Amino acid sequence: MRKLLLLSIIVLVGLTFIARLFYLQVYTSKTYDFKDDNAIRKVFYYPKRGYVYDRNGKLLVANQPSYDVMVIPREVESLDTLEFCSLLKITKEDFIKKYDRAYTYSPRLPSPFVPQLSKKDYAVLQEKMWKYKGFYIQKRSLRDYQTTIGANVLGYIAEVNQGEIDKDPYYQMGDLIGKQGIETSYEKELRGEKGIKYIQKDRFNRDIGPFQDGKEDIIPTPGKDITVSIDAELQAYGELLMQNKVGGIVAIEPSSGEILSLVSAPSYNPNLLVGRERSRNYTKLYNDSIHLPLIDKGLLRMHEPGSPFKALVALTALQENVVDERFTVRCTGAYNYGGRRSMGCHCGTGTRNIFNGISESCNSYFATLYRKTIDKYDDASHAMDVWSSHIKSFGLGDYLGYDLTIGKKGNIPDGAYYDRMYPDFRWRATTNISNSIGQGEVLVTPIQLANMMAAIANRGYYYTPHIIKSIEGQPIDKKYTTKHETTIDKQHFEPVIQGLFDVYDKPDGTAHFLQVPDIEICGKTGTAENFTIIDGVKTQLTDHSIFVAFAPKENPKIALAILVENGYFGARFAGRIASLMIEKYLKGNITRTDLERWVMSYTLEHEYDKPTSGKPFKINANSGLMTVEEYERRKKAENDITQTDLQ
Amino acid sequence: MSLNRTRNFKFDWITIILFLLLVGFGWLNIVSASSSGEITSYLDMSQPYGKQMVFILFTFVLIILVLSIEAKFFERFASIIYLVSMLSLIGLFLFGKTVNGATSWYGIGGFTIQPSEFAKFATALAVAKYISDLQTNIKNVKDQLKTALIIFVPAFLILLQNDAGSTIVYAAFFFVFYREGIPQIYLLLLLSIILLSVSALKFSVLITAIIIAVLIFGHHFFLKKKRGNILQPIFITVACIIFSLGVHLFYNNILQSHQQDRISLWLRLEKDPEKLEQMKRTILYNLNESEKAISSGGVTGKGFMEGTRTIGKFVPEQHTDYIFSTVGEEWGFLGSSFVVILFVLLLIRILHLAELQKSQFSRIYGYSVASILFLHFMINIGMVMGLIPTIGIPLPFFSYGGSGLWGFTILLFVFIKLDSNRINEW
Repeated sequence: MRKLLLLSIIVLVGLTFIARLFYLQVYTSKTYDFKDDNAIRKVFYYPKRGYVYDRNGKLLVANQPSYDVMVIPREVESLDTLEFCSLLKITKEDFIKKYDRAYTYSPRLPSPFVPQLSKKDYAVLQEKMWKYKGFYIQKRSLRDYQTTIGANVLGYIAEVNQGEIDKDPYYQMGDLIGKQGIETSYEKELRGEKGIKYIQKDRFNRDIGPFQDGKEDIIPTPGKDITVSIDAELQAYGELLMQNKVGGIVAIEPSSGEILSLVSAPSYNPNLLVGRERSRNYTKLYNDSIHLPLIDKGLLRMHEPGSPFKALVALTALQENVVDERFTVRCTGAYNYGGRRSMGCHCGTGTRNIFNGISESCNSYFATLYRKTIDKYDDASHAMDVWSSHIKSFGLGDYLGYDLTIGKKGNIPDGAYYDRMYPDFRWRATTNISNSIGQGEVLVTPIQLANMMAAIANRGYYYTPHIIKSIEGQPIDKKYTTKHETTIDKQHFEPVIQGLFDVYDKPDGTAHFLQVPDIEICGKTGTAENFTIIDGVKTQLTDHSIFVAFAPKENPKIALAILVENGYFGARFAGRIASLMIEKYLKGNITRTDLERWVMSYTLEHEYDKPTSGKPFKINANSGLMTVEEYERRKKAENDITQTDLQ
Repeated sequence: MSLNRTRNFKFDWITIILFLLLVGFGWLNIVSASSSGEITSYLDMSQPYGKQMVFILFTFVLIILVLSIEAKFFERFASIIYLVSMLSLIGLFLFGKTVNGATSWYGIGGFTIQPSEFAKFATALAVAKYISDLQTNIKNVKDQLKTALIIFVPAFLILLQNDAGSTIVYAAFFFVFYREGIPQIYLLLLLSIILLSVSALKFSVLITAIIIAVLIFGHHFFLKKKRGNILQPIFITVACIIFSLGVHLFYNNILQSHQQDRISLWLRLEKDPEKLEQMKRTILYNLNESEKAISSGGVTGKGFMEGTRTIGKFVPEQHTDYIFSTVGEEWGFLGSSFVVILFVLLLIRILHLAELQKSQFSRIYGYSVASILFLHFMINIGMVMGLIPTIGIPLPFFSYGGSGLWGFTILLFVFIKLDSNRINEW
C-alpha cells in the first residue's frame, strides 16, 4: 500500500493539471483573436470626413483638425500633475474627476481625457507628451462650417455615447458620430473607415514593432463628399425672412423630390456646435423653451393644415365622381348641417364653383363636397376609408420616408378611427365635417404639405422628398427616384390648379396682393387655430399663418409650404414669405421689395412672449402687429423696470 | 570490454529518452521566451537561449562522467558528498552573491553557480545511505530524528539564505520515509497539519476549534467501541487549538508580507475589492499574466515564436520559473498536456525502476529522485496555472539555468547509473 501513495498522488496531480489546462485553454478560452489581445496596441487613423456641398457646388461643410488628449488609465504612471494640468489648462480637481470617470468607464480602454485642444495648446503639449505615460494625443477631424445657415439640415457630429457603441462596435469611446441632420443620415458615407495599425507591445507597454510586420493593418478609407439638394442661397434667404418668427419653410423641386430648402426658425450658427464650447452652447440652445431652436419646425411641427387641405378635398370629390367642375354651391356665409349646427364662412356670400371656391376659400363649398364624398357610400366607415386612402396617397398621415432621421406621422383619420371614437357607430359626414376645411382630426407637418403641393404641381405623382443629391457621383437610393402615383386621375388636377392659380390671379383671391410679376404662382392660404395650456386652462393663441404654393403653374420648379407660428391669417406672413421665396428661387432677385421690407420689419416675438408673460392677452385681429424696433424698445423698457425693481 | 558493453545497454533508455525530450522541448521554449522574435545565432552567449545551449552541451559531459563512475562510488562516498555539499552551502554565508534577495550563488568569473541545486542530490544520497544502513531502523524514533536531521541541515541553511522555495522541496523526502516504513501516524499528522492550517486561516481559530471538538468528541463518544480515558480527546483538542493559534501567530508575525499576501490570495482571505484589485496588479501580476498567456494559447497554441505575450515579455521571469506559460501560449492545450504527460511518465518510470531495485540504497535513492522531481513539477506548474500560491522554484529540465539543469541531471543520472548496476548487486 505504501508504494502506491506517491504514485497515486503523481497521477492525481497530472490529471488535475490537464483538467486545469483544459479549463484555461479550452473551456474558458475564446477563440484567440489578436484584435482583442492587449499585448497588441491598436493605433487608429481617422480619415477625413466627407465634405458637404450644396446643389450648386458651394462648399458648406469642411473639416478642421482637432487633437484629443486620450488616456488609458491602467497605463498611467506617476506624473507631474501640476505641470500636466497647467498644460491642459485644467484644475487638479478636474484632473481627478476626469481620471476617475475614465477609470470607471474602463481601465484598459482609451477614453477621451481633454477633448479638442486648440492648435496652440496642442503644439505646446506635443513636445512634452512623452513624459505622461498612459496619455496620448489622438488626431481627429472636426467640422468646419463654411456657412452660418442650415444648421437643422447639416446637423452636427459629437462624441459617441455608450448606446451607440453597443449598437455598432465600429465606434469606441471618443469617436465622433453624426447626431443630427445629414451627418446622421449619411454617417457611413461621410465618415469613411478608420484605419488601424497593430503594434506589438511589451509588458512595460512600450511599442516594440509592428505586429506581424503590419500584415493585419487596415488602411483608412476617406469619407465620401456629398452634395445636398439644398440651394444655399435660397436657404439663407428663407432664414433671413424668418427672423423674429418661429416656424418653418419647406421647398421641394416637384420634378425630382429634392428639398431645395428646409428652414427652421429660429436657427443657430452650426459653428456653435463645434469644439470645446459645443456642450455649453448646446445646453443653451436646448434650454430655450420658447423658440426651441433645436427642433426642426419644418419636419416636426404637427398642426392642422387649414385651408390648403381643401385642394385635396376637391380632388377627392372629383375622383369619387360626386361632383364635377360645373357643380356650384350657394354660400350664405355659413354652412348649415344637421339641423341647428352650422359652420361659418369668411368668403362673403355668393355662388361658389371649384375655382372661386378655392380662390376665396369658401368653407360651405368644401363642406358640401366632403359631405357628398362621405355620403356616397351607405357605410360611413367604408366611405371614410376611401376618402382617407385618397388623401394618404399624397404622402399624408404617415412618415414620408425622407432621408432625415426625424419626423412626425401626422394624422389622416379613416373609418376605424371614428369607429373607435364613437363606439356606437353613430357617426356621419357631418360628425367630422371640419375635416373638409383642414381642421378637426387632420394633422400634417410642413414637409408633408410641401410634398402635397409637389404632387399637385406634378398633376398626380411625387417623389419621396430627399436632401441628398449625389454621393461622389454614385446614384442615390432608388427610393428617391421612384415615382409615387396618387390615386387621383390626372384630369381632375387642372380645375383645382386653376383654382389655386386664381388665389393669386383673381381680384377676390386671398393672395391677390402677393402676385409676383412674370411668375404664375398657384397657392393657397391657410390658418390654423392653436391652443396652449396656461395654468391648467386651455387658452387659444393667435392662429398660425400657413401658406402652400408652387410655381410656375406650367412645368413647376418649386413647391413649398410655410408655417409661421402665431402669424395670424395665411396671407399675412406665410403668404408674403412664399412669394418672396418663389421669386428668389426662380428669378434670383427680388422685385417685390415692398413685401420683403414688410416681412423684415415685423416681429412675432411679442406673440411668443404672451403665454409666459403671466398677463391676459388678446389674439388674432385684436392683437395687432409690432415692428422689430417697437419690440426692442419695449423689451428695453421692461428690462429697465426689472433693473429698478432689483435695486 | 565485453562486460562494459553489456553494462552500457543496461541503461534505462526510456528514462533517457524522456529526459532528452524534456530538455529539448524546454530549450525551444527558452528560445521563444528570451529571444523577442529574432535569432542571430543559437549559440549567442549574450542571450539566455545561447547560454542554455552551452549548459545543455556541458550536461552531456556530466552525463558521461556520471555514467562512467563505478556505481558503488555513490554509496560509498555518499557521506562525503553530503558533507562537501553542506560546506558549500555554509560557504555562501561568507562568499555568497545575492540575487533577488536570496544569497544562493557563488560568482566564479562570469558564471554563477547555485550550490542548493546540487544539495538535493547530495541529501538524497545521504538519506539513502543512512536509511539503508543495516543499523538503522526507521521505525525507531531516534533513527527517525537522525534522518530528519539530514534533511533539516540543508533545508535550514537554504532558508537562512532567504530561498524559501527551495526549502520547501525538502518536504519531498516525506514520501521516501513513508515508503520506507515510518508509522502511519506521521501521515495522519501531516494531513492534520495541512487541514488545520488551512482551516485556521480560512475560517478563524474559533470555528476550527468547534469543528475539531465536535469531530474528536463525536468520535470518542459514539464511534469508539472501547471508550478510553476522557483526557485523551481533551488533550488532542487542546493541542489542535494551540496549533491553530500557532498558525495564526506564524502567519501574522513570522511570514514576510509578500508571503502573507500570496497565501491570503490563494485562500481568498482578502475581501476588500479595492485592495484585491490592488493586489492583483502587484503581487498577482505575474500570475495574472501567466494565466492569460496560457489561456490565450487555446487548443493548438499560437505557434513557435508567435506568442504575442511571450514576444511582448508580459510574463516576467518567463524563461526561468514561468517557462510553462510559454508552452501554454505557443503550443496550446495539446503541447502543455504533452509536457504534463512527459513528466508524469518520467516520474512513474523512476518509481517503477526504484521498486525494481534489489539494493535498498538504490531504491531509496530512486524514490528520492522521483519525490524531488515531483515536488518541483507540482509546485512549478501548479503555481504558473494559479492552483497553488506563488513559490519560486524551477521546472526541472525546462527552466533556464545551468545549476538547476546540472543538479537535476546529476540527480537523475546517478539513479540511471545505479539502476544499470542492479544486475551486479549481489
